[in-house]
Amino acid sequence: MSSLKTRKLANKAMTGVCAAAVVLAVAPLASLFWLVVSRGAGGLSLSFFTALPAPVGETGGGVANAIAGTLTIVGLACLIGLPLGIGAGVFLAEKGDGRLGRAVRFTAEVLSGVPSIVVGIVAYALVVIPMHRFSALAGAVALAFLMVPTLARSTEEFVRLVPRALREASLALGVPEWRTALRVILRTALGGIVTAVLLSVARAAGETAPLLFTALNNQYWNFKPDQPTASLTVQIFNYAISPYQDWHDKAWSAALVLLLLVGLLNLLARLLTRSRLRSAR
Amino acid sequence: MRQPTDIPAAGPLQAVEPSISGRSRNPGDRVWGGVLVALGGLVLVVAGAIVLVLGDAARPAYGQLGILKFLTSSDWDPVAGSFGALPFIYGTLVTSLVAIFFAVPISIGLALFLSEMGPARLRPVVSFAIETLAAIPSVVYGLWGLFVLVPLLRNPIEPMLGKALGFLPMFKGPPIGLGYLAAGLILAVMILPTIASVIIEVLKTVPPSLREGALALGATRWEAIRMAVLPYGRAGIIGATLLGLGRALGETMAVTMVIGNSPEVHASLFAPGYSLPAVIANEFAEATGDLHLAALAGLGLVLFGITIILNVCARLLVWKVARGPVGVRA
Repeated sequence: MSSLKTRKLANKAMTGVCAAAVVLAVAPLASLFWLVVSRGAGGLSLSFFTALPAPVGETGGGVANAIAGTLTIVGLACLIGLPLGIGAGVFLAEKGDGRLGRAVRFTAEVLSGVPSIVVGIVAYALVVIPMHRFSALAGAVALAFLMVPTLARSTEEFVRLVPRALREASLALGVPEWRTALRVILRTALGGIVTAVLLSVARAAGETAPLLFTALNNQYWNFKPDQPTASLTVQIFNYAISPYQDWHDKAWSAALVLLLLVGLLNLLARLLTRSRLRSAR
Repeated sequence: MRQPTDIPAAGPLQAVEPSISGRSRNPGDRVWGGVLVALGGLVLVVAGAIVLVLGDAARPAYGQLGILKFLTSSDWDPVAGSFGALPFIYGTLVTSLVAIFFAVPISIGLALFLSEMGPARLRPVVSFAIETLAAIPSVVYGLWGLFVLVPLLRNPIEPMLGKALGFLPMFKGPPIGLGYLAAGLILAVMILPTIASVIIEVLKTVPPSLREGALALGATRWEAIRMAVLPYGRAGIIGATLLGLGRALGETMAVTMVIGNSPEVHASLFAPGYSLPAVIANEFAEATGDLHLAALAGLGLVLFGITIILNVCARLLVWKVARGPVGVRA
């Protein structure tokens, strides 16, 4: 056994090593935020939010159509993904103790690890090939597939948080199970479900890979779901890998807009969870 | 819920026989139950659809090229019609291993500092930072990697590594910046939150009596961690590593932007390479023909297979340790 002194020294050294790990983990985050803000803020102007992308060499121009495109695609994805994801989550919480429930839970866990690019291929085969063109709808199908597993699992957790006494009180009053579920349990869990939805929308808005060959891109306005549509993330990608300095600056500005959007959704979700926890106490 | 049979149900409910399973006799309840089961079952349908569609899209590649040749050839030339998956499989594995090499020790250190050593005041701040890291879209990581990490590697880091460790084949070659090392490092940053948050959950399941027992016997804090905490959480930490590996394998955008996009196999980490998701991202929309599309879908199927196997193993390991699903944060 080594002396007490060396043992204490080893303890101090390992604490130092672990503290260094914290610094190493947080440093990229600090650098990333600093650069996105410092390099992106300069390019933000009113026209960045209202104008179409300018061709190479022309100054000005914006990403208005990409912002609108992201909202269109994510909105469509919500129409498909939310009922499915929330419904599956309620199923898992209410009826999920049997064999089917366990199978669905395990499948959802495993599906949440499927790479988003693979889901993009599936959406391509399911939507793009039959329609013979790239479209916002194809992108939305891909994003919806990605939303369902995580949404189902988090919805289940929030529904299971509802106190048993509430359910029993309602059933004891003679209210049928389905009305109890809809009017008492889901209503109580609503705040949590909204949180889960906000987080999954934030994740979907940040996806790039499954949109590359489903929604493709578009230099102009488009609100038709059966046409190629621009998105903020694909636009950032295209600007970033281009050889032009002006486009690199636009990539940083667009990244700032995207981070603000995603951050806002996360902040809302966090505030909702916090206020709900406080009221529960 | 179950109703005692001696209480007569009110109104129209009486007409319905009590079911054997003891479920409610209300017709509304039956519809509600049916709808829920259908929605839950749809998750299985979606999973089945993914497998079937992917397999169907990839079939021409495996059929016309032959599975073995497709997987082991390193010649990828879509115009000439030759498709070999090896450079992409190799690139995916190498970059993911580099990522694990850096991310796992840092995650363990971070998790230990947060849950065992550091001041309690610091915990919410650092865990907020980790959650934020997890929420940043991958294309933004790619942007950061392309304009911050790659220049850093090109100028001080890779020449220094080359000078110090250049006798190893891993660190030979010109310092381009774009390549396996850049992709591995950006992946390390991206999978760190996943691994760290699962390890923190795993550490929470270590019984306090183990830790306290070691401390009471006179162990220092580090000795308690080394002898009591880490051995108990080992399986969970391995599970966390596999989950992180699964994320690294499938990560697309950031890797596409910094790996260099060259379909070759190189021993040097400085050399530009390619990965499975990256080649799909770059070539799918502009594929030259049906066979090219099928080959890309075939690469997708390989990727899907690897990640599914990894995820199943990781989930089982983490579940076994924590006695309940962890790692998925609401």
